[in-house]
Amino acid sequence: MIRHRRYFVPTMLAFGFAFLYVPILSMIVYSFNNSRLVTVWDSAHSPTLKWYVLLFQNTQIMSAARLSLGIATLNACISVVLGTLAGLALVRFGRFKGRTLLGAMTAAPLVMPEIITGLSMLMLFVAMERLIGWPAGRGITTITIAHVTFSMAYVTVIIQSRLANFDESLEEAAMDLGARPHIVFFRVTLPLIMPAIISGWLLSFTLSWDDVVISQFAAGPSSTTLPMVIFSKVRLGVSPDVNALATLMVLIVASGVVASAFWVRASERRRAREMQLANP
Amino acid sequence: MRPRRFGRQLVTAVPMLWLLLFFMVPFILVFGISFTQAQLSIPPYSPLWEWVDHRVLALRVHLSNYAFLATDALYISSYLYSLKVAAISTFWCLLLGYPMAYGIARAAPATRSLLLMLVILPFWTSFLLRVYAWIGLLKNNGVINNILMSLGVIHEPIVMMQTDFAVYIGIVYSYLPFMILPLYANLEKHDRTLLEAAADLGARPWKAFMRVTLPLSLPGIIAGAMLVFIPAVGEYVIPSLLGRSDQLMIGRVLSDEFFENRDWPVASAVAIAMLLLLVIPIVIFQRQQGREMAHK
Repeated sequence: MIRHRRYFVPTMLAFGFAFLYVPILSMIVYSFNNSRLVTVWDSAHSPTLKWYVLLFQNTQIMSAARLSLGIATLNACISVVLGTLAGLALVRFGRFKGRTLLGAMTAAPLVMPEIITGLSMLMLFVAMERLIGWPAGRGITTITIAHVTFSMAYVTVIIQSRLANFDESLEEAAMDLGARPHIVFFRVTLPLIMPAIISGWLLSFTLSWDDVVISQFAAGPSSTTLPMVIFSKVRLGVSPDVNALATLMVLIVASGVVASAFWVRASERRRAREMQLANP
Repeated sequence: MRPRRFGRQLVTAVPMLWLLLFFMVPFILVFGISFTQAQLSIPPYSPLWEWVDHRVLALRVHLSNYAFLATDALYISSYLYSLKVAAISTFWCLLLGYPMAYGIARAAPATRSLLLMLVILPFWTSFLLRVYAWIGLLKNNGVINNILMSLGVIHEPIVMMQTDFAVYIGIVYSYLPFMILPLYANLEKHDRTLLEAAADLGARPWKAFMRVTLPLSLPGIIAGAMLVFIPAVGEYVIPSLLGRSDQLMIGRVLSDEFFENRDWPVASAVAIAMLLLLVIPIVIFQRQQGREMAHK
Protein backbone atom coordinates (compact mmCIF):
# COMPACT_ATOMS: atom_id res chain seq x y z
CA MET A 1 0.00 0.00 0.00
CA ILE A 2 2.67 2.47 1.06
CA ARG A 3 4.68 1.59 -2.04
CA HIS A 4 1.72 2.34 -4.29
CA ARG A 5 1.16 5.65 -2.60
CA ARG A 6 4.75 6.66 -3.02
CA TYR A 7 4.67 6.09 -6.77
CA PHE A 8 1.08 6.99 -7.56
CA VAL A 9 1.21 10.75 -6.91
CA PRO A 10 4.53 11.43 -8.71
CA THR A 11 3.35 9.33 -11.67
CA MET A 12 0.14 11.32 -11.92
CA LEU A 13 2.11 14.57 -11.65
CA ALA A 14 4.45 13.51 -14.45
CA PHE A 15 1.54 12.31 -16.59
CA GLY A 16 -0.41 15.51 -15.93
CA PHE A 17 2.47 17.78 -16.88
CA ALA A 18 3.18 15.71 -19.99
CA PHE A 19 -0.50 16.07 -20.89
CA LEU A 20 -0.26 19.83 -20.44
CA TYR A 21 2.97 20.37 -22.34
CA VAL A 22 3.28 17.72 -25.09
CA PRO A 23 0.70 19.40 -27.40
CA ILE A 24 2.43 22.76 -27.06
CA LEU A 25 5.86 21.22 -27.68
CA SER A 26 4.68 19.29 -30.73
CA MET A 27 3.20 22.49 -32.14
CA ILE A 28 6.55 24.25 -31.66
CA VAL A 29 8.49 21.41 -33.29
CA TYR A 30 6.19 21.25 -36.33
CA SER A 31 6.40 25.00 -36.86
CA PHE A 32 9.94 24.37 -38.15
CA ASN A 33 8.79 21.62 -40.50
CA ASN A 34 9.14 22.22 -44.22
CA SER A 35 6.19 20.08 -45.32
CA ARG A 36 2.78 21.61 -45.92
CA LEU A 37 1.26 18.43 -44.48
CA VAL A 38 1.75 19.73 -41.00
CA THR A 39 2.25 16.36 -39.35
CA VAL A 40 4.64 14.72 -41.77
CA TRP A 41 8.21 15.56 -40.88
CA ASP A 42 10.19 16.47 -43.97
CA SER A 43 13.67 15.74 -42.68
CA ALA A 44 15.47 16.74 -45.87
CA HIS A 45 14.45 20.40 -45.68
CA SER A 46 13.72 20.89 -42.00
CA PRO A 47 14.19 22.74 -39.74
CA THR A 48 13.15 25.78 -41.72
CA LEU A 49 11.93 29.26 -40.88
CA LYS A 50 9.78 29.58 -43.97
CA TRP A 51 6.44 29.59 -42.09
CA TYR A 52 7.72 32.45 -39.94
CA VAL A 53 8.60 34.43 -43.06
CA LEU A 54 5.18 33.69 -44.57
CA LEU A 55 3.53 34.67 -41.30
CA PHE A 56 5.08 38.14 -41.32
CA GLN A 57 4.11 38.57 -44.96
CA ASN A 58 0.46 37.75 -44.22
CA THR A 59 -1.15 41.18 -44.06
CA GLN A 60 -4.48 39.83 -42.77
CA ILE A 61 -2.82 38.23 -39.73
CA MET A 62 -0.55 41.21 -39.13
CA SER A 63 -3.34 43.81 -39.18
CA ALA A 64 -5.53 41.58 -37.00
CA ALA A 65 -2.63 41.25 -34.55
CA ARG A 66 -2.24 45.04 -34.39
CA LEU A 67 -5.97 45.43 -33.70
CA SER A 68 -5.89 42.77 -30.98
CA LEU A 69 -2.83 44.34 -29.41
CA GLY A 70 -4.57 47.71 -29.18
CA ILE A 71 -7.80 46.28 -27.78
CA ALA A 72 -5.97 44.06 -25.27
CA THR A 73 -3.90 47.00 -23.98
CA LEU A 74 -6.90 49.32 -23.67
CA ASN A 75 -8.92 46.53 -22.04
CA ALA A 76 -6.19 45.76 -19.50
CA CYS A 77 -5.87 49.41 -18.44
CA ILE A 78 -9.63 49.94 -17.94
CA SER A 79 -10.18 46.53 -16.30
CA VAL A 80 -7.43 47.14 -13.77
CA VAL A 81 -8.98 50.43 -12.64
CA LEU A 82 -12.53 49.07 -12.42
CA GLY A 83 -11.47 45.76 -10.88
CA THR A 84 -9.33 47.47 -8.26
CA LEU A 85 -12.19 49.78 -7.27
CA ALA A 86 -14.59 46.83 -7.03
CA GLY A 87 -12.13 44.75 -5.01
CA LEU A 88 -11.45 47.68 -2.67
CA ALA A 89 -15.18 48.24 -2.12
CA LEU A 90 -15.87 44.55 -1.47
CA VAL A 91 -13.03 43.99 1.01
CA ARG A 92 -12.56 47.33 2.76
CA PHE A 93 -15.99 48.97 2.97
CA GLY A 94 -17.69 46.42 5.23
CA ARG A 95 -21.42 46.07 4.71
CA PHE A 96 -22.90 48.64 2.37
CA LYS A 97 -26.01 48.87 0.26
CA GLY A 98 -25.60 46.79 -2.85
CA ARG A 99 -22.62 44.80 -1.62
CA THR A 100 -24.27 41.45 -2.38
CA LEU A 101 -25.23 42.65 -5.84
CA LEU A 102 -21.73 43.91 -6.59
CA GLY A 103 -20.21 40.64 -5.30
CA ALA A 104 -22.55 38.55 -7.44
CA MET A 105 -21.95 40.69 -10.52
CA THR A 106 -18.18 40.39 -10.19
CA ALA A 107 -18.26 36.61 -9.58
CA ALA A 108 -20.81 35.68 -12.25
CA PRO A 109 -18.71 36.55 -15.35
CA LEU A 110 -16.06 34.07 -14.12
CA VAL A 111 -18.32 31.09 -14.74
CA MET A 112 -20.79 32.46 -17.27
CA PRO A 113 -20.55 30.62 -20.61
CA GLU A 114 -18.93 33.08 -23.00
CA ILE A 115 -21.57 32.52 -25.64
CA ILE A 116 -24.29 33.91 -23.35
CA THR A 117 -22.20 36.94 -22.39
CA GLY A 118 -21.46 37.58 -26.05
CA LEU A 119 -25.08 37.34 -27.16
CA SER A 120 -26.36 39.59 -24.37
CA MET A 121 -23.63 42.17 -25.02
CA LEU A 122 -24.63 42.39 -28.65
CA MET A 123 -28.31 42.80 -27.71
CA LEU A 124 -27.31 45.72 -25.49
CA PHE A 125 -25.20 47.40 -28.16
CA VAL A 126 -28.00 47.10 -30.72
CA ALA A 127 -30.57 48.48 -28.27
CA MET A 128 -28.29 51.34 -27.18
CA GLU A 129 -27.52 52.33 -30.73
CA ARG A 130 -31.23 52.60 -31.46
CA LEU A 131 -31.96 54.54 -28.29
CA ILE A 132 -29.07 57.00 -28.02
CA GLY A 133 -27.05 56.45 -31.18
CA TRP A 134 -24.00 55.23 -29.29
CA PRO A 135 -21.96 53.08 -29.87
CA ALA A 136 -22.37 53.82 -33.58
CA GLY A 137 -21.78 50.50 -35.31
CA ARG A 138 -19.60 47.81 -33.85
CA GLY A 139 -15.84 47.73 -33.67
CA ILE A 140 -13.02 48.55 -31.31
CA THR A 141 -15.27 50.32 -28.78
CA THR A 142 -17.81 47.51 -28.47
CA ILE A 143 -15.17 44.76 -28.35
CA THR A 144 -13.29 46.64 -25.63
CA ILE A 145 -16.44 47.21 -23.54
CA ALA A 146 -17.33 43.51 -23.81
CA HIS A 147 -13.81 42.44 -22.84
CA VAL A 148 -13.60 44.83 -19.89
CA THR A 149 -16.84 43.46 -18.49
CA PHE A 150 -15.47 39.95 -18.06
CA SER A 151 -11.80 40.87 -17.48
CA MET A 152 -12.57 43.16 -14.55
CA ALA A 153 -14.16 40.22 -12.74
CA TYR A 154 -10.82 38.40 -12.77
CA VAL A 155 -8.99 41.53 -11.61
CA THR A 156 -11.50 41.92 -8.76
CA VAL A 157 -10.83 38.37 -7.55
CA ILE A 158 -7.05 38.91 -7.61
CA ILE A 159 -7.29 42.27 -5.79
CA GLN A 160 -9.75 40.84 -3.25
CA SER A 161 -7.46 38.00 -2.23
CA ARG A 162 -4.48 40.36 -2.02
CA LEU A 163 -6.38 42.87 0.14
CA ALA A 164 -7.71 40.09 2.37
CA ASN A 165 -4.14 38.97 3.03
CA PHE A 166 -2.88 42.13 4.67
CA ASP A 167 -4.57 43.75 7.59
CA GLU A 168 -6.08 47.17 7.75
CA SER A 169 -3.82 48.33 10.58
CA LEU A 170 -1.32 49.86 8.13
CA GLU A 171 -4.05 51.97 6.60
CA GLU A 172 -5.43 52.85 10.03
CA ALA A 173 -1.97 53.88 11.21
CA ALA A 174 -1.61 56.22 8.24
CA MET A 175 -5.06 57.60 8.95
CA ASP A 176 -4.15 58.15 12.64
CA LEU A 177 -1.08 60.06 11.52
CA GLY A 178 -3.43 62.43 9.75
CA ALA A 179 -3.33 61.21 6.15
CA ARG A 180 -6.46 61.88 4.10
CA PRO A 181 -8.17 58.77 2.60
CA HIS A 182 -6.91 59.34 -0.92
CA ILE A 183 -3.36 59.88 0.38
CA VAL A 184 -3.63 56.62 2.33
CA PHE A 185 -4.74 54.87 -0.83
CA PHE A 186 -1.92 56.20 -3.01
CA ARG A 187 0.87 55.99 -0.41
CA VAL A 188 -0.05 52.80 1.50
CA THR A 189 -2.68 50.64 -0.16
CA LEU A 190 -1.63 51.02 -3.78
CA PRO A 191 2.04 50.07 -3.28
CA LEU A 192 0.96 47.05 -1.21
CA ILE A 193 -1.40 45.72 -3.87
CA MET A 194 0.90 46.59 -6.79
CA PRO A 195 1.88 42.95 -7.52
CA ALA A 196 -1.82 42.04 -7.68
CA ILE A 197 -2.52 44.99 -9.97
CA ILE A 198 0.29 43.93 -12.30
CA SER A 199 -0.89 40.32 -12.47
CA GLY A 200 -4.44 41.60 -12.99
CA TRP A 201 -3.25 43.76 -15.89
CA LEU A 202 -1.39 40.86 -17.50
CA LEU A 203 -4.31 38.49 -17.02
CA SER A 204 -6.79 40.98 -18.54
CA PHE A 205 -4.45 41.49 -21.45
CA THR A 206 -4.24 37.73 -22.10
CA LEU A 207 -7.99 37.19 -21.72
CA SER A 208 -8.71 39.84 -24.32
CA TRP A 209 -5.85 38.81 -26.62
CA ASP A 210 -7.26 35.27 -26.64
CA ASP A 211 -11.01 35.81 -26.77
CA VAL A 212 -12.85 34.58 -29.83
CA VAL A 213 -16.47 33.90 -28.77
CA ILE A 214 -17.37 37.25 -27.24
CA SER A 215 -15.47 39.14 -29.96
CA GLN A 216 -17.49 37.38 -32.65
CA PHE A 217 -20.63 38.93 -31.21
CA ALA A 218 -19.18 42.34 -30.40
CA ALA A 219 -17.16 42.84 -33.59
CA GLY A 220 -18.38 44.59 -36.68
CA PRO A 221 -17.60 43.51 -40.24
CA SER A 222 -14.51 45.72 -40.45
CA SER A 223 -12.93 44.72 -37.15
CA THR A 224 -11.53 41.21 -37.10
CA THR A 225 -9.33 40.37 -34.14
CA LEU A 226 -6.42 37.91 -34.28
CA PRO A 227 -8.25 35.04 -32.51
CA MET A 228 -11.14 35.45 -34.96
CA VAL A 229 -8.71 35.10 -37.89
CA ILE A 230 -7.04 32.07 -36.29
CA PHE A 231 -10.38 30.44 -35.50
CA SER A 232 -11.69 30.76 -39.04
CA LYS A 233 -8.34 29.47 -40.39
CA VAL A 234 -8.07 26.41 -38.16
CA ARG A 235 -11.71 25.45 -38.59
CA LEU A 236 -10.71 24.56 -42.13
CA GLY A 237 -7.82 22.43 -40.89
CA VAL A 238 -4.27 22.71 -39.62
CA SER A 239 -2.09 25.33 -41.21
CA PRO A 240 1.67 25.60 -40.64
CA ASP A 241 1.81 29.39 -40.36
CA VAL A 242 -0.60 29.16 -37.41
CA ASN A 243 1.96 26.82 -35.80
CA ALA A 244 4.59 29.51 -36.28
CA LEU A 245 2.29 32.15 -34.83
CA ALA A 246 1.48 29.90 -31.86
CA THR A 247 5.15 29.29 -31.20
CA LEU A 248 5.89 33.02 -31.14
CA MET A 249 2.97 33.68 -28.83
CA VAL A 250 3.87 30.87 -26.45
CA LEU A 251 7.50 32.04 -26.27
CA ILE A 252 6.56 35.70 -25.67
CA VAL A 253 3.95 34.87 -23.04
CA ALA A 254 6.11 32.31 -21.28
CA SER A 255 9.06 34.67 -20.99
CA GLY A 256 6.75 37.45 -19.80
CA VAL A 257 5.16 35.27 -17.13
CA VAL A 258 8.48 33.91 -15.92
CA ALA A 259 9.98 37.42 -15.76
CA SER A 260 7.01 38.82 -13.86
CA ALA A 261 7.05 35.85 -11.46
CA PHE A 262 10.67 36.63 -10.62
CA TRP A 263 9.86 40.31 -10.22
CA VAL A 264 6.92 39.59 -7.91
CA ARG A 265 9.02 37.20 -5.85
CA ALA A 266 11.85 39.74 -5.53
CA SER A 267 9.49 42.50 -4.44
CA GLU A 268 7.79 40.13 -2.01
CA ARG A 269 11.16 39.29 -0.43
CA ARG A 270 11.98 42.97 -0.15
CA ARG A 271 8.65 43.57 1.55
CA ALA A 272 9.22 40.69 3.96
CA ARG A 273 12.63 42.14 4.84
CA GLU A 274 11.16 45.58 5.41
CA MET A 275 8.45 44.10 7.60
CA GLN A 276 11.11 42.32 9.62
CA LEU A 277 13.04 45.55 10.07
CA ALA A 278 9.84 47.30 11.11
CA ASN A 279 8.97 44.83 13.88
CA PRO A 280 12.18 43.35 15.24
CA MET B 1 -16.39 62.63 7.38
CA ARG B 2 -18.35 63.98 4.42
CA PRO B 3 -15.65 63.83 1.75
CA ARG B 4 -14.75 60.34 2.88
CA ARG B 5 -18.31 59.08 2.47
CA PHE B 6 -18.44 60.72 -0.93
CA GLY B 7 -15.14 59.10 -1.96
CA ARG B 8 -16.39 55.71 -0.87
CA GLN B 9 -19.58 56.09 -2.81
CA LEU B 10 -17.61 57.04 -5.89
CA VAL B 11 -15.30 54.01 -5.54
CA THR B 12 -18.32 51.71 -5.30
CA ALA B 13 -20.45 53.47 -7.88
CA VAL B 14 -18.06 53.33 -10.83
CA PRO B 15 -17.67 49.51 -11.07
CA MET B 16 -21.28 49.08 -9.95
CA LEU B 17 -22.65 51.25 -12.76
CA TRP B 18 -20.40 49.58 -15.31
CA LEU B 19 -21.58 46.10 -14.32
CA LEU B 20 -25.22 47.13 -14.09
CA LEU B 21 -25.13 48.64 -17.56
CA PHE B 22 -22.96 46.07 -19.31
CA PHE B 23 -23.75 42.89 -17.40
CA MET B 24 -27.18 43.16 -15.78
CA VAL B 25 -29.10 45.16 -18.40
CA PRO B 26 -27.96 42.87 -21.27
CA PHE B 27 -29.42 39.85 -19.46
CA ILE B 28 -32.71 41.61 -18.93
CA LEU B 29 -32.71 42.46 -22.64
CA VAL B 30 -32.02 38.86 -23.66
CA PHE B 31 -34.77 37.74 -21.30
CA GLY B 32 -37.18 40.19 -22.91
CA ILE B 33 -36.20 39.31 -26.48
CA SER B 34 -36.73 35.62 -25.76
CA PHE B 35 -40.47 36.41 -25.47
CA THR B 36 -40.70 38.10 -28.87
CA GLN B 37 -41.06 36.71 -32.37
CA ALA B 38 -38.62 36.90 -35.22
CA GLN B 39 -39.63 39.22 -38.01
CA LEU B 40 -38.05 41.04 -40.91
CA SER B 41 -37.21 44.39 -39.37
CA ILE B 42 -34.38 46.21 -37.65
CA PRO B 43 -33.85 44.82 -35.02
CA PRO B 44 -35.19 41.48 -36.29
CA TYR B 45 -37.76 40.79 -33.57
CA SER B 46 -41.27 41.95 -32.75
CA PRO B 47 -41.56 44.74 -30.15
CA LEU B 48 -42.27 43.53 -26.63
CA TRP B 49 -44.70 46.39 -26.02
CA GLU B 50 -46.65 48.73 -28.20
CA TRP B 51 -48.79 51.83 -27.72
CA VAL B 52 -52.31 51.16 -28.89
CA ASP B 53 -53.98 54.44 -29.96
CA HIS B 54 -51.19 56.31 -28.11
CA ARG B 55 -52.95 55.58 -24.84
CA VAL B 56 -52.85 51.94 -23.92
CA LEU B 57 -49.55 50.09 -23.45
CA ALA B 58 -49.96 46.59 -24.82
CA LEU B 59 -47.49 43.87 -23.87
CA ARG B 60 -46.89 41.35 -26.60
CA VAL B 61 -45.44 38.30 -24.92
CA HIS B 62 -44.90 35.22 -27.06
CA LEU B 63 -44.11 31.91 -25.44
CA SER B 64 -43.67 30.27 -28.82
CA ASN B 65 -39.85 30.12 -28.63
CA TYR B 66 -39.91 28.17 -25.39
CA ALA B 67 -42.64 25.88 -26.70
CA PHE B 68 -40.44 25.32 -29.74
CA LEU B 69 -37.39 24.47 -27.57
CA ALA B 70 -39.36 22.10 -25.38
CA THR B 71 -40.84 20.15 -28.29
CA ASP B 72 -38.01 20.11 -30.81
CA ALA B 73 -35.86 17.00 -30.43
CA LEU B 74 -32.73 18.82 -31.66
CA TYR B 75 -32.67 21.22 -28.72
CA ILE B 76 -33.46 18.63 -26.07
CA SER B 77 -30.78 16.28 -27.34
CA SER B 78 -28.16 19.03 -27.51
CA TYR B 79 -28.97 20.14 -23.94
CA LEU B 80 -28.64 16.59 -22.66
CA TYR B 81 -25.50 16.02 -24.72
CA SER B 82 -23.90 19.23 -23.34
CA LEU B 83 -24.68 18.15 -19.78
CA LYS B 84 -23.22 14.70 -20.45
CA VAL B 85 -20.03 16.05 -22.04
CA ALA B 86 -19.54 18.59 -19.24
CA ALA B 87 -20.15 15.99 -16.50
CA ILE B 88 -17.79 13.39 -17.97
CA SER B 89 -15.07 15.99 -18.63
CA THR B 90 -15.40 17.35 -15.09
CA PHE B 91 -15.03 13.82 -13.74
CA TRP B 92 -11.81 13.18 -15.69
CA CYS B 93 -10.52 16.62 -14.75
CA LEU B 94 -11.03 15.78 -11.08
CA LEU B 95 -9.44 12.35 -11.47
CA LEU B 96 -6.31 13.85 -13.03
CA GLY B 97 -6.32 17.16 -11.14
CA TYR B 98 -6.75 15.82 -7.61
CA PRO B 99 -3.54 13.75 -7.49
CA MET B 100 -1.67 16.61 -9.15
CA ALA B 101 -2.94 19.18 -6.65
CA TYR B 102 -2.15 16.72 -3.84
CA GLY B 103 1.37 16.16 -5.15
CA ILE B 104 2.00 19.90 -5.46
CA ALA B 105 0.64 20.63 -1.97
CA ARG B 106 2.93 17.94 -0.47
CA ALA B 107 6.05 18.99 -2.42
CA ALA B 108 8.93 20.91 -0.83
CA PRO B 109 8.25 24.68 -0.81
CA ALA B 110 10.81 25.50 -3.52
CA THR B 111 9.52 22.77 -5.88
CA ARG B 112 5.96 23.76 -5.04
CA SER B 113 6.15 27.25 -6.52
CA LEU B 114 7.85 25.89 -9.63
CA LEU B 115 5.14 23.23 -10.10
CA LEU B 116 2.42 25.82 -9.53
CA MET B 117 3.93 28.04 -12.17
CA LEU B 118 3.99 25.07 -14.57
CA VAL B 119 0.26 24.58 -13.94
CA ILE B 120 -0.55 28.25 -14.51
CA LEU B 121 1.75 28.82 -17.49
CA PRO B 122 -0.41 27.09 -20.15
CA PHE B 123 -3.36 29.09 -18.88
CA TRP B 124 -1.55 32.26 -19.95
CA THR B 125 -0.88 31.05 -23.45
CA SER B 126 -3.67 31.17 -25.98
CA PHE B 127 -6.56 28.83 -25.19
CA LEU B 128 -7.54 28.75 -28.84
CA LEU B 129 -4.06 27.73 -29.96
CA ARG B 130 -3.80 25.05 -27.30
CA VAL B 131 -7.03 23.47 -28.50
CA TYR B 132 -5.72 23.78 -32.04
CA ALA B 133 -2.55 21.92 -31.03
CA TRP B 134 -4.66 18.82 -30.36
CA ILE B 135 -5.82 18.72 -33.98
CA GLY B 136 -2.23 18.03 -34.99
CA LEU B 137 -1.99 15.25 -32.41
CA LEU B 138 -5.37 13.57 -32.92
CA LYS B 139 -5.78 13.68 -36.71
CA ASN B 140 -5.84 10.46 -38.74
CA ASN B 141 -2.37 11.31 -40.05
CA GLY B 142 -1.51 13.13 -36.85
CA VAL B 143 1.36 12.67 -34.41
CA ILE B 144 -0.28 10.00 -32.20
CA ASN B 145 -1.40 7.81 -35.10
CA ASN B 146 1.96 8.21 -36.84
CA ILE B 147 3.87 7.12 -33.74
CA LEU B 148 1.58 4.17 -33.03
CA MET B 149 1.75 3.02 -36.66
CA SER B 150 5.52 3.30 -36.89
CA LEU B 151 5.81 1.28 -33.68
CA GLY B 152 3.55 -1.34 -35.24
CA VAL B 153 0.97 -1.13 -32.45
CA ILE B 154 -1.78 -0.40 -34.96
CA HIS B 155 -1.99 -0.80 -38.72
CA GLU B 156 -4.98 1.43 -39.39
CA PRO B 157 -5.15 4.95 -37.97
CA ILE B 158 -7.54 5.29 -35.01
CA VAL B 159 -10.24 7.88 -35.71
CA MET B 160 -10.00 10.33 -32.83
CA MET B 161 -10.93 13.67 -34.38
CA GLN B 162 -14.60 14.65 -34.38
CA THR B 163 -15.45 12.21 -31.62
CA ASP B 164 -16.68 12.64 -28.04
CA PHE B 165 -13.23 11.48 -26.92
CA ALA B 166 -11.58 14.48 -28.63
CA VAL B 167 -14.02 16.88 -26.92
CA TYR B 168 -13.33 15.33 -23.49
CA ILE B 169 -9.59 15.66 -24.13
CA GLY B 170 -10.00 19.27 -25.23
CA ILE B 171 -12.08 20.25 -22.20
CA VAL B 172 -9.93 18.41 -19.64
CA TYR B 173 -6.83 19.92 -21.21
CA SER B 174 -8.16 23.50 -21.26
CA TYR B 175 -9.82 23.51 -17.85
CA LEU B 176 -7.31 21.44 -15.84
CA PRO B 177 -5.70 24.51 -14.18
CA PHE B 178 -9.17 25.61 -12.98
CA MET B 179 -9.52 22.26 -11.23
CA ILE B 180 -6.00 22.12 -9.79
CA LEU B 181 -5.79 25.65 -8.35
CA PRO B 182 -8.81 25.59 -5.97
CA LEU B 183 -7.92 22.03 -4.95
CA TYR B 184 -4.34 23.06 -4.26
CA ALA B 185 -5.48 26.12 -2.28
CA ASN B 186 -7.56 23.79 -0.12
CA LEU B 187 -5.10 20.88 0.27
CA GLU B 188 -2.24 23.20 1.13
CA LYS B 189 -4.09 24.48 4.22
CA HIS B 190 -4.63 21.02 5.71
CA ASP B 191 -3.15 20.36 9.12
CA ARG B 192 -0.82 17.41 8.68
CA THR B 193 -1.04 16.45 12.35
CA LEU B 194 -4.56 15.18 11.59
CA LEU B 195 -3.05 12.51 9.33
CA GLU B 196 -0.47 11.66 11.96
CA ALA B 197 -3.25 11.31 14.52
CA ALA B 198 -5.11 8.99 12.16
CA ALA B 199 -1.96 6.93 11.65
CA ASP B 200 -1.38 6.76 15.42
CA LEU B 201 -4.89 5.46 15.81
CA GLY B 202 -4.02 2.67 13.39
CA ALA B 203 -5.51 3.93 10.13
CA ARG B 204 -3.73 2.77 6.99
CA PRO B 205 -2.71 5.63 4.65
CA TRP B 206 -5.53 4.87 2.21
CA LYS B 207 -8.10 4.86 4.98
CA ALA B 208 -6.69 8.05 6.50
CA PHE B 209 -6.95 9.67 3.09
CA MET B 210 -10.54 8.57 2.61
CA ARG B 211 -11.63 9.53 6.12
CA VAL B 212 -9.60 12.70 6.73
CA THR B 213 -8.13 14.33 3.62
CA LEU B 214 -10.95 13.69 1.17
CA PRO B 215 -13.80 15.05 3.37
CA LEU B 216 -11.70 18.09 4.30
CA SER B 217 -11.00 18.83 0.65
CA LEU B 218 -14.67 18.76 -0.34
CA PRO B 219 -14.93 22.59 -0.66
CA GLY B 220 -11.97 22.53 -3.06
CA ILE B 221 -13.55 19.71 -5.05
CA ILE B 222 -16.83 21.62 -5.33
CA ALA B 223 -15.14 24.87 -6.36
CA GLY B 224 -12.94 23.13 -8.94
CA ALA B 225 -15.78 21.01 -10.33
CA MET B 226 -18.04 24.04 -10.74
CA LEU B 227 -15.29 26.09 -12.42
CA VAL B 228 -14.96 23.28 -14.97
CA PHE B 229 -18.57 22.12 -15.31
CA ILE B 230 -20.35 25.47 -15.76
CA PRO B 231 -18.28 26.90 -18.62
CA ALA B 232 -17.95 23.42 -20.18
CA VAL B 233 -21.74 23.18 -20.64
CA GLY B 234 -21.69 26.30 -22.82
CA GLU B 235 -18.37 25.49 -24.49
CA TYR B 236 -18.27 26.54 -28.13
CA VAL B 237 -14.68 26.61 -29.41
CA ILE B 238 -13.62 23.10 -28.33
CA PRO B 239 -16.54 21.16 -29.86
CA SER B 240 -16.35 23.32 -33.01
CA LEU B 241 -12.71 22.40 -33.55
CA LEU B 242 -12.55 18.83 -32.21
CA GLY B 243 -16.11 17.57 -31.90
CA ARG B 244 -18.73 15.71 -33.87
CA SER B 245 -20.74 17.42 -36.56
CA ASP B 246 -23.79 15.13 -36.17
CA GLN B 247 -24.35 15.99 -32.49
CA LEU B 248 -23.99 19.64 -31.55
CA MET B 249 -23.47 21.09 -28.10
CA ILE B 250 -25.89 23.78 -26.97
CA GLY B 251 -23.37 26.62 -27.38
CA ARG B 252 -23.01 25.75 -31.05
CA VAL B 253 -26.81 25.57 -31.44
CA LEU B 254 -27.12 29.07 -29.96
CA SER B 255 -24.45 30.44 -32.24
CA ASP B 256 -26.03 28.81 -35.33
CA GLU B 257 -29.47 30.19 -34.45
CA PHE B 258 -27.96 33.63 -34.16
CA PHE B 259 -25.40 33.79 -36.96
CA GLU B 260 -26.84 31.32 -39.52
CA ASN B 261 -30.61 31.55 -39.02
CA ARG B 262 -30.54 35.15 -37.75
CA ASP B 263 -33.30 34.19 -35.33
CA TRP B 264 -32.56 36.44 -32.34
CA PRO B 265 -35.62 35.45 -30.26
CA VAL B 266 -34.85 31.71 -30.46
CA ALA B 267 -31.16 32.34 -29.76
CA SER B 268 -32.19 34.37 -26.68
CA ALA B 269 -34.55 31.63 -25.53
CA VAL B 270 -31.73 29.07 -25.90
CA ALA B 271 -29.50 31.33 -23.77
CA ILE B 272 -32.16 31.71 -21.06
CA ALA B 273 -32.84 27.97 -21.03
CA MET B 274 -29.08 27.31 -20.71
CA LEU B 275 -28.88 29.77 -17.81
CA LEU B 276 -31.79 28.07 -16.04
CA LEU B 277 -29.94 24.80 -16.43
CA LEU B 278 -26.86 26.37 -14.85
CA VAL B 279 -28.59 28.28 -12.05
CA ILE B 280 -28.19 25.49 -9.49
CA PRO B 281 -24.44 24.93 -10.07
CA ILE B 282 -23.86 28.72 -10.18
CA VAL B 283 -25.65 29.20 -6.84
CA ILE B 284 -23.60 26.36 -5.29
CA PHE B 285 -20.43 27.99 -6.60
CA GLN B 286 -21.33 31.48 -5.33
CA ARG B 287 -22.19 30.14 -1.87
CA GLN B 288 -18.89 28.29 -1.74
CA GLN B 289 -17.02 31.47 -2.76
CA GLY B 290 -18.90 33.46 -0.13
CA ARG B 291 -17.98 30.96 2.57
CA GLU B 292 -14.31 30.95 1.52
CA MET B 293 -14.23 34.75 1.67
CA ALA B 294 -15.88 34.72 5.11
CA HIS B 295 -13.15 32.36 6.37
CA LYS B 296 -10.42 34.74 5.29
